[in-house]
Amino acid sequence: MSHLKKTPLYSIYEKDSKIIDFAGWALPLQFTGITQEHQTVRSKAGLFDVSHMGELEVKGKDAERFLQYLFTNDLSSLQEGGAMYGFFCNSNGGVIDDLLIYKLSKTHFLLVVNAVNTEKDQKWLQQYQKDYDVTIINSSSSIVQLALQGPKAEIILQSLTDADLSEISFFTFKRSVLLQGIPCIVSRTGYTGEDGFEIFTSTNFGTQLWKIVMEAGEPLGLQPAGLGCRDTLRFEAGLPLYGHEISEEITPIEAGLGMFVKWNKSFIGKDVLYSQKTNGIKKKLVGFELLKKGIPREGYIIKYDEKEIGVVTTGYLSPTLKKPIGMALIQTEYSTIGTEIDIMIRNRKIKGMVCKKRFYKSKKS
Amino acid sequence: MEIKQDLFYTEDHDWIRVEGKRAYIGITDYAQAELGDIVFVDLPEVEDVLEKDDILGAVESVKAASDIYAPIGGTVVEINEKLIDEPELINEQPYESWMVCIEMDDEDAVKELLLAEEYETLIQEEE
Repeated sequence: MSHLKKTPLYSIYEKDSKIIDFAGWALPLQFTGITQEHQTVRSKAGLFDVSHMGELEVKGKDAERFLQYLFTNDLSSLQEGGAMYGFFCNSNGGVIDDLLIYKLSKTHFLLVVNAVNTEKDQKWLQQYQKDYDVTIINSSSSIVQLALQGPKAEIILQSLTDADLSEISFFTFKRSVLLQGIPCIVSRTGYTGEDGFEIFTSTNFGTQLWKIVMEAGEPLGLQPAGLGCRDTLRFEAGLPLYGHEISEEITPIEAGLGMFVKWNKSFIGKDVLYSQKTNGIKKKLVGFELLKKGIPREGYIIKYDEKEIGVVTTGYLSPTLKKPIGMALIQTEYSTIGTEIDIMIRNRKIKGMVCKKRFYKSKKS
Repeated sequence: MEIKQDLFYTEDHDWIRVEGKRAYIGITDYAQAELGDIVFVDLPEVEDVLEKDDILGAVESVKAASDIYAPIGGTVVEINEKLIDEPELINEQPYESWMVCIEMDDEDAVKELLLAEEYETLIQEEE
């Protein structure tokens, strides 16, 4: 693991967790166990180190106009203090990355991107910046990001600050929130399907922030949580993971994420995406559940009447629903809910049925 | 990491308990710890005929499926059905939780398996 990049928090969890190589980063897969951590996030709260995520800042007079051209969602409707999800697409509509854009001011945006894509995104931005008055800064190494997720997240975090966190609604954030004196950006966003916050601070406050949040939360059942349950949690909530449900070969329309693509503006990839929306798509991302025992895994082939019709993009024995479910990219003609399909597991056909992708919805949201 | 002296082992971290012509097969304490919480076990059917290194089944954690290969050739005469409803027994008692029992084609094939001390050396090298 010595060749891998480490976040500033590595020394805190190095001995307490199982460390894996995730996109070149040494990160905790699990602390006590994926299922247990998963259930803790659903019922209480979990704290994730997500400092590997990339942060790019776009500043300048033309920042909004520039990002509008690269981003599929419509930033003109985003207020200061708001966050918006969307995509950078290539001219074929394939996804360069999915990201959150935080509007810090009219001329200053923070882009939170996938760790694996940070450099690609930076180059993508640079490639198009010449006609715009903007500066692009890669702040990834100077920012620590923690995700505090679960129904107890607000109570825990509120105990550390005088700022009124109830004022931060879903997909908005506050700057300069002092958490026991540590200046942070606190955003009500996440990747688990639960209520919770993503917290940004300077690298030098990272370990201190982790410790004060853990101390405040432990009496309420807060536990450190790893990437293993981050994936099962986002999957149950029907949230896509780059490289699986979306990629340069899979468009947002094919992935069923058209609500994050807006047609009242121009942006790279719009022509192809608009054509897909109006003329239809050949393949489509669907949810499915197995009707027999087994666990669907990424890469397993999907058949219908002996004919290969698609492939599993993510699959698990759902820790919350206790049943085998998956997401798959399949030919559109088989994507109707209720269609019976075969999932090939170790050369055996296991019956499944197409269903909604959002397998889990928290009671609160 | 527990290793039982009276069992045979493979480089894939399976254990084999030999009783006459019968070989009971499971995964080692090391293997279950590496896999983490086991949530599903896929077993062959009784009367399946397996050659050495055929896929015998799979042990699946939340995160991944690990195929189990037959350490020895023969006919499946029994499967441990208890594991289908309680796969976590493999985590809790790896050496009690045999997965399949094979009637061996050739009992001499046992000689190719690892002895406890050889397996111990192998694990030390992996760690």
